[in-house]
Amino acid sequence: MRILVVGGGTGGTILANNLARRLSAETDSGKVRLTMLSASDRHMYQPGLLYVAFGQMSPDQLYRDQASLLEPAIEFHVDPVEQFQLDQNRVKTASGKIHEYDMLVIATGSRMVPNETPGLTEGAEFFYTEESAMKMFRRLREFQGGKVAIVVGLPHKCPIAPVEVTFSLHDYFKSRGIRDKVQIKYYYPINRIHSIENVAKWATPEFKRIGVEYETLFNMREVDVENKIVKSEEGSEAHYDLLIAIPEHRGMEVIERDKLGEDGWIPTDRQKLSMVGHDNVFVLGDTTNLPVSKTGSAAHFEAEVLAENMASIVKIGTPVRDYDGKVYCFIEAGHDRATYAMFNYFNPPDLKPPSKPMHWFKVAYNQMYWTSVRGLL
Amino acid sequence: MSESKIVDACNTYCPGPLMELITHMKRAKVGDVLELLSTDKGSANDVPEWVTKAGHDMLGSEKVGEVWHIKVRKAR
Repeated sequence: MRILVVGGGTGGTILANNLARRLSAETDSGKVRLTMLSASDRHMYQPGLLYVAFGQMSPDQLYRDQASLLEPAIEFHVDPVEQFQLDQNRVKTASGKIHEYDMLVIATGSRMVPNETPGLTEGAEFFYTEESAMKMFRRLREFQGGKVAIVVGLPHKCPIAPVEVTFSLHDYFKSRGIRDKVQIKYYYPINRIHSIENVAKWATPEFKRIGVEYETLFNMREVDVENKIVKSEEGSEAHYDLLIAIPEHRGMEVIERDKLGEDGWIPTDRQKLSMVGHDNVFVLGDTTNLPVSKTGSAAHFEAEVLAENMASIVKIGTPVRDYDGKVYCFIEAGHDRATYAMFNYFNPPDLKPPSKPMHWFKVAYNQMYWTSVRGLL
Repeated sequence: MSESKIVDACNTYCPGPLMELITHMKRAKVGDVLELLSTDKGSANDVPEWVTKAGHDMLGSEKVGEVWHIKVRKAR
């Protein structure tokens, strides 16, 4: 049995490690061969980018050597897939190698595409890559006051990021003693300030308390960089001196190129996590087209279910569990308080008041992640 | 008129039905019809509000069992 995992991010790594432990006897005996293909020899803790943008973490703290995170039974190659040949149960990599499989997991993730909004790349700051987070930090350091606009594209990775960056901006400017010189305004695509109703109910009075204005039903159409104006699909305008954007995201180019899914999101069964029409192909994390948050947390819980199911397929010929849509997201409510949202397909999140201990737990989790991604937590 | 495309946002809290609809509307062509399926009772009010403000056409809204079927046409 040849199991191939494409992608070495949160979902792929947790899945592969969990599977390697469940199938240790089978890999030792040579009955199962477990291979991972990734585009990088490094693994990034992506939630740390928000801290980099505010100078609270340095970029080197975000990385570990990918091979060091993997169980020894996993054969690891830095050789990204260039072509998925699903009809022949094989993939072709950048180096030209062919890898055949009996079961395939696609966990290639997503990427920001700010160029989809005219003017956004030139006019805005982001924190979705190391380079952009460092650029945002330098821009924040230089900023001495004026209008800050936070705008949000759809779809995007980490749905809680818009409110987190807003609270962080407030605390950052307050700590520099210039909060009274900064007007922060938050623009959001739907008719409340967060997609989760309970988050919106909590954050609305919090925004009022800290003096953050907001406008809803605002979907970016283009940025007039020269005049510092964001124009919306709904006909309104956002004026700014400093523009912070949550850019639109898409799946990886290879997924679009090989026509596995529109915009790079692969049609995925909600419970089985199999690719629609392909019983031996599974999809994890951001790569799915599931109507759940594109977060490491969703990838984590999906990976645990899928690892158990794939191990069961090897051992008894059938999967044993369904993914129930579980997601758990920390929500930083500034630089010293946090809360969380936990939900699944059937139960909405019940938000608790933010607290300092929850923030400390989040800070601790920033390190515990490396245990989590090894599939131990 | 184009054949309608189903956007199944049943039993989702984040990103939620309206976010799903807006995402799909951005990629649709003018004249395309999208049918949003939602189990969120708020969708019956939230979706028409956005559709009107964004200048698209509401074609209909109907509750079948526990699911709202909301049809929208991209107008610009």
